[in-house]
Amino acid sequence: MTPTTNNNYQQQQHQHPELPKSKSGSSNVNFNPFEITLNSSSRRSSMSIHESSGSRSNNSVHEVSLSRSGSKAVPVRYGSKGADSEGLSTSQRELRDEDARLVYINDPEKTNEKFEFAGNSVRTSKYSLLTFIPRNLFEQFHRVAYVYFLIIAILNQLPQLAVFGRGVSILPLAFVLFVTAVKDAYEDWRRHKSDRVENNRLASVMVDGKFEEKKWRDVRVGEVIRIKANEPIPCDIVLLSTSDPTGVAYVQTINLDGESNLKTRYAKQETHGKEGFGGVIKCEKPNRNIYGFLANMEVDGKKLSLGSSNIVLRGCELKNTSWAIGVAVYCGRETKAMLNSSGAPSKRSRLETRMNFEIIWLSFFLVALCTVTSVCAAVWLKRHKDELNLLPYYRKLDFSEEGEVENYEYYGWGLEIFFTFLMSVIVFQVMIPISLYISMELVRVGQAYFMIRDNRMYDEETKSRFQCRALNINEDLGQIKYVFSDKTGTLTQNKMEFQCASIWGVDYSYTKDSMEGEQFEHSVAVDGKVLRPKMKVKVNPELLQITRSGLQNMEGKRIHDFFLALATCNTIVPLLVDTPDPNVKLIDYQGESPDEQALTYAAAAYGFMLIERTSGHIIIDIHGETQNGYYPFLNEPSRYDHYRFNVLGLHEFDSDRKRMSVILGYPDNSVKVFVKGADTSMLNVIDKSFNMDLVRATEAHLHSYSSMGLRTLVIGMRDLNASEFEKWHSAFEAASTAVLGRAAMLRRVSSIVENSLSILGASAIEDKLQQGVPESIESLRIAGIKVWVLTGDKQETAISIGYSSKLLTSKMTQIIINSKTRESCRKSLEDALIMSKKLLSSSGVANDAGGSSEATPLALIIDGTSLVHILDSELEEQLFQLASTCSVVLCCRVAPLQKAGIVALVKNRTSDMTLAIGDGANDVSMIQMADVGVGISGQEGRQAVMASDFAMGQFGFLVPLLLIHGHWNYQRLGYMILYNFYRNAVLVLVLFWYVLFTAFTLTTAINEWSTTLYSIIYSSLPTIIVGILDKDLGKRTLLKYPQLYGAGQRHEAYNKKLFVLTMLDTLWQSLVIFWAPLFAYWSSTVDVASIGDLWTFGVVVLVNLHLAMDVIRWYWVTHVVIWGSIVATFISVMIIDAIPNLPGYWAFFHAAGTGLFWLLLLGIVIAALLPRLVVKFVYQYYFPNDIQICREAEKIGYERVVESGQIEMLPISDNPPR
Amino acid sequence: MATSNAGSNDPSTTRRQSKRPKYSKFTQQELPACKPILTPRAVISAFLIVTVVFIPIGVASLLASHDVVEIIDRYDAQCIPTNVTDKVAYIQTPGEKPCTRELHVEKRMKSPIYVYYQLDNFYQNHRRYVKSRNDEQLRDSGKANSVSGCEPEDDANGMPIVPCGLIAWSLFNDTYVFSRNSDNLTVNKKGISWKSDREHKFGSDVFPKNFQNGSIIGGGRLDANLSLSEQEDLIVWMRTAALPTFRKLYGKIEVDLEKGDVIKVNLQNNYNTYSFSGKKKLVLSTTSWLGGKNDFLGIGYLTVGGLSIFLAMVFTIIYLIKPRQLGDPSYLSWNRNPGGH
Repeated sequence: MTPTTNNNYQQQQHQHPELPKSKSGSSNVNFNPFEITLNSSSRRSSMSIHESSGSRSNNSVHEVSLSRSGSKAVPVRYGSKGADSEGLSTSQRELRDEDARLVYINDPEKTNEKFEFAGNSVRTSKYSLLTFIPRNLFEQFHRVAYVYFLIIAILNQLPQLAVFGRGVSILPLAFVLFVTAVKDAYEDWRRHKSDRVENNRLASVMVDGKFEEKKWRDVRVGEVIRIKANEPIPCDIVLLSTSDPTGVAYVQTINLDGESNLKTRYAKQETHGKEGFGGVIKCEKPNRNIYGFLANMEVDGKKLSLGSSNIVLRGCELKNTSWAIGVAVYCGRETKAMLNSSGAPSKRSRLETRMNFEIIWLSFFLVALCTVTSVCAAVWLKRHKDELNLLPYYRKLDFSEEGEVENYEYYGWGLEIFFTFLMSVIVFQVMIPISLYISMELVRVGQAYFMIRDNRMYDEETKSRFQCRALNINEDLGQIKYVFSDKTGTLTQNKMEFQCASIWGVDYSYTKDSMEGEQFEHSVAVDGKVLRPKMKVKVNPELLQITRSGLQNMEGKRIHDFFLALATCNTIVPLLVDTPDPNVKLIDYQGESPDEQALTYAAAAYGFMLIERTSGHIIIDIHGETQNGYYPFLNEPSRYDHYRFNVLGLHEFDSDRKRMSVILGYPDNSVKVFVKGADTSMLNVIDKSFNMDLVRATEAHLHSYSSMGLRTLVIGMRDLNASEFEKWHSAFEAASTAVLGRAAMLRRVSSIVENSLSILGASAIEDKLQQGVPESIESLRIAGIKVWVLTGDKQETAISIGYSSKLLTSKMTQIIINSKTRESCRKSLEDALIMSKKLLSSSGVANDAGGSSEATPLALIIDGTSLVHILDSELEEQLFQLASTCSVVLCCRVAPLQKAGIVALVKNRTSDMTLAIGDGANDVSMIQMADVGVGISGQEGRQAVMASDFAMGQFGFLVPLLLIHGHWNYQRLGYMILYNFYRNAVLVLVLFWYVLFTAFTLTTAINEWSTTLYSIIYSSLPTIIVGILDKDLGKRTLLKYPQLYGAGQRHEAYNKKLFVLTMLDTLWQSLVIFWAPLFAYWSSTVDVASIGDLWTFGVVVLVNLHLAMDVIRWYWVTHVVIWGSIVATFISVMIIDAIPNLPGYWAFFHAAGTGLFWLLLLGIVIAALLPRLVVKFVYQYYFPNDIQICREAEKIGYERVVESGQIEMLPISDNPPR
Repeated sequence: MATSNAGSNDPSTTRRQSKRPKYSKFTQQELPACKPILTPRAVISAFLIVTVVFIPIGVASLLASHDVVEIIDRYDAQCIPTNVTDKVAYIQTPGEKPCTRELHVEKRMKSPIYVYYQLDNFYQNHRRYVKSRNDEQLRDSGKANSVSGCEPEDDANGMPIVPCGLIAWSLFNDTYVFSRNSDNLTVNKKGISWKSDREHKFGSDVFPKNFQNGSIIGGGRLDANLSLSEQEDLIVWMRTAALPTFRKLYGKIEVDLEKGDVIKVNLQNNYNTYSFSGKKKLVLSTTSWLGGKNDFLGIGYLTVGGLSIFLAMVFTIIYLIKPRQLGDPSYLSWNRNPGGH
């Protein structure tokens, strides 16, 4: 192998940087065009993605910047594997000078002479000692609620408007601000600490030709840095040289994107291995795209292009490479990692949006109250105009100044009215339940606590708990109508298991009768150490026997080649892992695709063990000792049985070809090409003269595999003769050094070798369904949730998974739309619509009432190609109509952006809530598009989780999440909002009625302290506790009757009707509270403070009893807070009334000594609650809803049946005993 | 499946140091709870209880209210001499303004008989008014100078006023002297104010200073030799009334009045309510355990009680005619789909 070849290979590799996502689809194994993330810049001619990339989300081509409310969200790029196509686009897109930064390698002085680049010290902390108070206040006042508080408090400070004492009015705001500030300060202090640790780490930096230790914070752009194995990278560096002779460095990016596998990065040949470094790098301005890097480098007069495979980002760790040298290009806050550090996405819940509407109504009402007050005041002032001067209780004139008479605090009629208006705003401010926002946050935290702690949603496998990443949409979980699910890794485990092989037309299935068959473990000895693959694979004993028998016959040769292809034709990197036994090491196959891992483990189990892979060669152990010296190409004195193959070239997978190939130089200098790929793409490039029987046999096997739900691949190979090799080699070299259009050229070059293949066979990998998926889907369906599966898989696979997951049943009528053109799409859509209508009408009465689709359910199966034509065109509407009549929709071979497009299709046309669940980077777009995004923290990277609102371990957890927690959250919060509206309005109305008897001057009979404490002590805690703890129904009932979930979908806990009813009730209650004492005390000696205390108690006892009446489950906590609040109110009032300096001194003790006081209190409470009780009872008893009936059933003993007998018909949450 | 929860209870689970949330009834939201529901029986009995409690109370309140004997005499108009046309000018001129009224006792009144004055249309709860006082000054002899909040009656002639503020300034100053058959009826004016006010709110060492010395006189004057805690009329007046129609205690007559008695009242009509057409009334009233004469509470209780028994009956009838079995799953919406298919 010549160095040139080596270089070429490497160059070619440059264009295949590691991929962000390891979705199996993006691997070389699953050759689906759409499951691969599309890098849309590639101009594909055939049904290319960029046609769809402009889908509804208006996403940009390179990044899906979350168009939805995503100011905070991280733009996620879907381009991944497509780095080659990016290579194309980047080379076409010249870096313009004004967009670039110039980095002079090893010349930090010159690089930084303009001081425009950030240093490497990072600050994640927000505040310093000096800036804390102003900045923290500034940030806190970003909340509208606080601004409202502040404005009210400021108004109250004006002497003309001072309704409350100054201290009293500031108190609530000050309290909230202080608590938040303390919390922020503590968090920031911790960030300061971690910043200090981070900034004081040591890096080895080249100074005057020698490497010296330097603190991280002193590293500058342009400096050359050396990193040793297992060291973290201090800043974003462009690799210049590594310990590997070919310039490879492996990095782990777990801190960056959570993926634990190793990524390869390359140093440019031109700089690799050199002693001194010089040159200029021109690179793009810092940006947050961690998967892209656009730069070029000038070294020794040569201009080289750099891509994302040449840059190592801060936060990564160097692995498996003893050292690497690179030049810092982005430092500190300009590193991509820092630019990407942003919080969870922020969404606003549907309930809150609806609530804001009612808040507007309340504000109108507030304005109306204030207007009434000021108009009345205006009339009163007008009528008493002449008396005001000396009116004993007004006394406009002030004689205290010697000799002159002036008006005392009177600013003219107009202004007085205006001030009255402002004062009434201050007095009636609680009408807008600002404290509700804070209570809601607390309640959501409490709900999140319970969701996180729920044992049902703990995944034993990955040891992961449920995660609540977005705290403000808990209640949306109770209203979901559509679930969009990814398939691989979401419905399935994404743990690939090698199941079947068809080799040379013979099916070696893993048959049932060998079920107990051994999990064969192959091991080899190297240097006295035993190497063993980390994972065991079930093998077919017959096939194993044949592989052991070696190359005696044609069949053996084919099998040999087949497994050799599995072991070599991939991008797996074997890692040696220590075991407790020093003589045994495990081989861990690191790769981006679980499919490839499964294939490599399978090959190892059959004796073809991949031991080492570098960029230039592969070492494979074939059958250990058993076959020593048997192979024809064994002329190299290899130790033991290791065979070294030179990797002459590798054409990575791309979504057009849907295959990958590797060109291997055998030890005997023969050259062979191994190709593996999707069946459709492979069958096009087989040798025409090939044995057609064999092809047919293989095809038949493929068909049967995929109908079993297996993922299939076809393996092929061919020998290259010298002239073919030369032809390919020169073309390959030319293509890999090309500056423009490299990817396209490489693709063309690949066609030189990827043709006239002979088929070796096919492999089938099982992607097992996750536990409880069929039951979960059944539950969701009964709950009235439509489950749509969007997958990148083939139609057959998708349908078979559909059947095995009970999504599709044999009763369903399938409508399949596969169209290549827009016209045929239109036609098939129209036909399908007509057919669906016919089916629905023939099935008899449309069951609108029941809401369920009992009769002849329809299933729509549509593929990505058709969607390309449908999405973003006038056909969308038809698709939506069709889809909404179907109970199941299955979209196969869809691209990530199409997934988002489908979600948007539904979201924009209905007001129903959508939920998207997925696990891979290709699901990010739909997760962010949907109202609620759920990430599965499974095998693949953490991108889906990072983009999600909730994350959990298994698809099955969706059932407890939605049916139990979602239901509860929604019911609790819906009630809480209504209650808080009521609670504040009733106080305001009582205040308002009194104002009518004070000459409209906004005196409050209720003590100002009590008014303030009302929403802090008197009535706040019960609603929060009830909002966190109350349950309308038990878990078992909710799981037993998923239909109960419909309450949330139908907005039953919070809607306009309930709002109006609540407000009418509020009005009645306030009338009773106010007027009963008024009539009872009319023309008596009662003083302001005494009657004020009565009103205070009236309101407080009433609102707490009102809550008590609505509590469904009484825990001891509930008792404590409700009765405790009433007691606390009594105590507070006693304390307030024991202060001699307040005018109301001792009023309570006086009033409480009279029977009238207590009789009034009792009368108020009973009379006020009477209508509510009647209405509630009539509704619950004569017009019961489902929840009510189930509550009764729970109470009256059906629960016992449920508990003993068929509890949990849907065994979802349980982990098998292990 | 039932083993799942049990399994998590298993100590070995926790020993494995997994991140599995610790099982507790609290975190799993399975705390024992009482879950009351509104059964017809519960609701009907609740209504019956309300009835049983409310109707007797209502009857008792009404009886109490009827036992109270009240004599109300409005005198603001009658106590102006007939030849006076400008009432305001009349009342503002200094000097005695005597007036005699006769009250007829229609029903025997047992002592103590409370003497009140009642003002109508006087907004003692006006915001300007209620704030126009300084409680520190009233309590503490050292704080005579703290007159904040008292404007425009904070100081006069450059000296602070004690007690300052509009409330004290507008002190009611009509006086009543009662006689029956030319025998004087003593009015006890001790103990008409709250004990708590006398002892803690109005200082026994605080004496009126510079009071009613300003350019205009608002009402009564105070004896500068009596401490504020002894000025009970002031203390009563400064407990501002809640409503624009209010009574204040003037004193107590501690002898019984017989039916047919004629009480002669010699009053000094000093207080100016004429400028804002407020009414002045003199009230003699006995008292019951409920306070004064007011039928509202009794009527209210009877109404609620009556309503309850009515509702209880209605619900009982409906319940008997059309009962519903509680918790019957066949009522669930998905179990009563229309149609037979």
